[in-house]
Amino acid sequence: MTLLGKLTWQAIPLQEPLPLYSGLAVVVIMLAVAAWVLAKGYLPYLWREWITSVDHKRIGVMYCILAGVMLLRGFIDAIMMRTQQAMAYNAPGFLPPSHFDQVFSAHGTIMIFFVAMPFVIGLMNVVVPLQLGVRDVAFPTLNSVSFWLTAAGALLVNLSLVIGQFDRTGWLPYPPLSELRYSPGVGVDYYCWALQISGIGTLMTGINFVTTILKLRAPGMHYTRMPMFCWTALASNLLIVAAFPVLTATLAMLLLDRYVGFHFFTDTGGGNSMMFMNLIWAWGHPEVYILALPAFGIYSEVVSTFSNKPLFGYRSMIYATMAICIISFMVWLHHFFTMGAGADVNSIFGIASMIIAVPTGVKIFNWLFTMYGGYVRFSTPMLWSIGFIVTFAIGGMTGVLLAVPPADFQLHNSLFLVAHFHNVIIGAVLFGVFAGYIYWFPKAFGFTLDERLGKWAFWLWLIGFWVAWGPGYVVGLEGMTRRLQHYDVAEWRPWLLVAEAGVFIILLGIIAQIAQIVVSVRTREQRRDVTGDPWDGRNLEWSTASPPPSFNFAVLPDVTDQEPYWDMKARAREIGQLTRPEPQYEPIHMPRNTPTGFVTAFFAVITGFALIWHIWWLVLLGLLGAYATFVVFAWRDHDEELIPAEEVARLDRANRAARAAALAHRQLRRESQLESRE
Amino acid sequence: MLLLAGCGRAQLQPAGPISDAERTILLDSVVIMLAIVVPTIFATLAVAWWYRSSNPRARRQPDFVYSGRVELIIWSIPALVIIFLGGIAWISSHDLDPAQPLPARTAPLDIQVVSLDWKWLFIYPKLGIASVNRLVVPAGVPLHLMLTSASVWNVFWIPQLGSMLYCMNGMADTLYLQADHPGVYRGESAMISGDGFADMHFNAEAVSQDQFDAWVASSRSSGPALDDAAYRDLLRQSVPAHPYTYSSVRAGLFADIVMLRLPPGEGPSGGVASVRPVGLQ
Repeated sequence: MTLLGKLTWQAIPLQEPLPLYSGLAVVVIMLAVAAWVLAKGYLPYLWREWITSVDHKRIGVMYCILAGVMLLRGFIDAIMMRTQQAMAYNAPGFLPPSHFDQVFSAHGTIMIFFVAMPFVIGLMNVVVPLQLGVRDVAFPTLNSVSFWLTAAGALLVNLSLVIGQFDRTGWLPYPPLSELRYSPGVGVDYYCWALQISGIGTLMTGINFVTTILKLRAPGMHYTRMPMFCWTALASNLLIVAAFPVLTATLAMLLLDRYVGFHFFTDTGGGNSMMFMNLIWAWGHPEVYILALPAFGIYSEVVSTFSNKPLFGYRSMIYATMAICIISFMVWLHHFFTMGAGADVNSIFGIASMIIAVPTGVKIFNWLFTMYGGYVRFSTPMLWSIGFIVTFAIGGMTGVLLAVPPADFQLHNSLFLVAHFHNVIIGAVLFGVFAGYIYWFPKAFGFTLDERLGKWAFWLWLIGFWVAWGPGYVVGLEGMTRRLQHYDVAEWRPWLLVAEAGVFIILLGIIAQIAQIVVSVRTREQRRDVTGDPWDGRNLEWSTASPPPSFNFAVLPDVTDQEPYWDMKARAREIGQLTRPEPQYEPIHMPRNTPTGFVTAFFAVITGFALIWHIWWLVLLGLLGAYATFVVFAWRDHDEELIPAEEVARLDRANRAARAAALAHRQLRRESQLESRE
Repeated sequence: MLLLAGCGRAQLQPAGPISDAERTILLDSVVIMLAIVVPTIFATLAVAWWYRSSNPRARRQPDFVYSGRVELIIWSIPALVIIFLGGIAWISSHDLDPAQPLPARTAPLDIQVVSLDWKWLFIYPKLGIASVNRLVVPAGVPLHLMLTSASVWNVFWIPQLGSMLYCMNGMADTLYLQADHPGVYRGESAMISGDGFADMHFNAEAVSQDQFDAWVASSRSSGPALDDAAYRDLLRQSVPAHPYTYSSVRAGLFADIVMLRLPPGEGPSGGVASVRPVGLQ
C-alpha cells in the first residue's frame, strides 16, 4: 500500500461509532446540499457570482458563512466536553480519553482559527473598503485566494473526523507530546498542515488590508479621519503581518521534526521544547489582539451610531488602539510564568501584561462617555455592546489577576484560566462579531434582521455564557485543572452540572440566531432597507445603497471631516435636498472574477491531505497544480471588466432617488410636527 | 478517612506558607480591581439607561465628544491602579519566587520529582527510598523539590501547598514548598500529557516527624528496588493501580534522567496508546 502512503482502511474509525457517524452525517449533509444546488440549477450562479467572485463584499460574506458553519461544529464539541465532564465523576463518561482529547483540541483550533478569525476577517472585508470610500481592497484576487485557503484549512480539520484522527495534544501542540515519539498518529499533522494552509491565507489577508488602509483611501480621508473600525483593522492586520510568519515558522519546525527527523524541539536530540512554547506564544498573544481589536472597533461604531453621537475621545481611542497593538507583542511570557523563569523576568512580563489594561480601560470609559449625553437606542447591536462591556470588565479583571505571577502560580492551566479566556473570547470577540454582523447585515443583504429574535439570542447567550463559565471560575479556585477526561472530586461535580446547563442555554441562543436568519429572509420584503442607511449611521458605508453596487461608489466621496456621511446628512437636512448635484457618470473598471482562488485551494487541500498521509506523488501533483494555477493567472490577458457609465448612472440614480424621497418624507414629518406643536 | 479529609480543599484553603501568601496576593488583587470594575459596570448600565432615547428628563449633549479633563482622568484611573498592582506583582514575584528557599530552623527535606507517563515518581535522595503516586512529607519542614520529566511535560501542583511548576524533560526546576499541618493534600498534573492524564493525581500526605520516620523505615524494609530495570518499567505508558514504594534507589538516577543519560518515556507502542479503563482504580 505504499501508493497511498500511510493511508489504509484502518484510518476510517469503524470501531468508534461516535466520530464515524457524526462524520458521516456531515458528509451526508454536504452531499445533500450539493445535490440540492445541482438540482435547482444554482451551480452556475454560485460559480459566477460567489465562488469566483473577487468582490470584497461577497468574499466577506463567504468568510462569515464559513465562520458560522464552523461555530456549529466547534459548539458541538463544546457540548460533548461539557457533557463528558458532567458525567465523568468517578465514571468513564461516554468519551474515552483518545476521543475526548481530540474533541478539546478540535474545539480550540476550530473556534480560534475557523470561527473567530474568519468572522473578524469577513466583517473587515465587507466593511473596510466601504468605510474608506474605495471600490475594493488593494489585491482583489489575492483576497479570494486568502478566503479559499482558509476554507481549505477548515476542510482538512473536518476531514480528520472521517479519515484518521485529529490532534490530541490541545489547541497548541506542545512538544514533546506533539513529537513523533508521543504522537505517532496523523492528528498533529492534520493540525499543522491545516494551519499552514489557512495561515498563508491569513498572512495574505494581513498584507492586503495593511496595503488597502495605508494606500487606498478616498480623497481627503486622512488617518485621523478614518473610522475607528478601520483603525482597529489596521492594527489587527499589522499584527497579522508581524505574527503569522512566526506561527508558520514554528509549525514548520515542528513538521521538520516530525517528517525528517530534525531536532528543533526534541530534548533528546539537542533541541529545546521550551523554545516551542516561546515561539508559539510570540504568535499566540498578538493573536488575541488580532481578534479583539477589530471587535473593539465594532463596538466603537455601534456605540456611536446607537447613541447618536460621534465617538468620544477619537484620538485617545487611536492612541489606545496602537498602544495595545505594540504592547501585545511584549507580553507572551505570561503564558508560562510557571516554567521557572526567575522573578525578574516573570514580574517584568507580568507588569507589561497589566499595562495593556490601561488603554483597554480607556476604551471602556470612552464608550461610556460616548453614551453620555446621547440618545441611546437599545437595538440588538447596542445590547451586545453593553453586554460586552459588563462581561468584558470581569474578564479583563481576571486577566490582570492572572498577570500577577504569584496568583498565576495557583491559577495557571486551571479551569479559572479557561474561564478567563472564554470570558474574553466570547465576551469581547464573539459578542463583537455578533453586534457587527447584525449591524452590517442590512448593508450586505439589503434587509434588516428580526429584532425580537435577535434580543432573545442576546439574552440567551449572555445568561448562557455566565451559567456555563461562572462555574469555571469556581472549580478553578477549587483546584480543577483543564482537559480532565474524568475526576473524583465531589466538590467539582455540582458546578460542572451547572456549566452543562449553561451550554444548553447557549444552544437555545444559537437556535434563536438561526431562527432570526430564517424569519428575516422569509419576511425580507417588509424589512427592505431602501435608503441604504437603516440605523442613521455616520460613516461612508451607509452612503451607498444596500447592498452596494459592485463598484461601491459611483464617484469616490470627497472627505472633509471625521464623520463624512453624518456631515453630508446634516447639511442635506438643513437645505432640504441632497447636498451634491448629480455627478458626471463615467465608466468604471472593476477586477474580473477568477477561479484562481478556488482552484489554488483545491490543490492546497490535495497537497495537504497527501502530506498528512505521506502520499508523495500526490504531493507533487498538488504542488504542480497550484503552481500551474498561478502561472495561468499570471499570464492572463484580460483582467478587468468595464461597467458602462449608463449602468453606473442607473444604479446611482436609484439610490439618490431613494435618499431624496426619504429626505422629503422626513422634512414633511418635521413640518407636521412643528405645526402640531404650534 | 484521610482521603476524605483531603478532598475538595484547594488554593483558598492554604496549608502552607507559600499558598497562604499566594492566597493573600490573589484576594488583594481582586479587591483592588473590584474597586474600579464594579463602579464601571454600574456606571455603564446607569448611563445607558438614563440616556435612553425615550427619557424626556435626560439632558442631551450631542457635541460632547472630547474633554481634556475627562481624558486625563480616564487614562489616570487605570494607570494608577496598574502602577499599584504592578508594585504588588514586582514585590510578590520576588518574595514568592518558587526557587527561593524558605526561612526555617530545620534543614529542608530534599525530594526529586519525576513525571512519567502517567504517574509521579518521588525520590528521597538522602533517605534512599522512592515512592510512586504518593508523596509523604513531615509537616512543618521545608521541602526542597527538584522537578523533571522523563517523558512529556507535566505541571506539578499541590493547590493547598502553593506554586505549580513545569516538569520538563532534560531540565530540573527548583521549587520550595512546606506543609504547616498534618493532612492529606490533593496533588495533580496541570498539563495535558496524553491519554492517562486524568489519572495523574496523587495524595501529598503531611505527617508528624515520628510518623514520617516510621514510614521511611517501613519503606526501606519492603518493596522492590528502583534499579535500571525497574526504571525501564516505569518508562512504559501505564497508570499504576495503587501507590507503592521502592526500598532503595540507584544512586544518581535523577541526575541521569535530567542529563538525558537514560532514555525518555517510550510513548505509545504501535501507534495507538492503549490504556485500560480509567477512573475506577
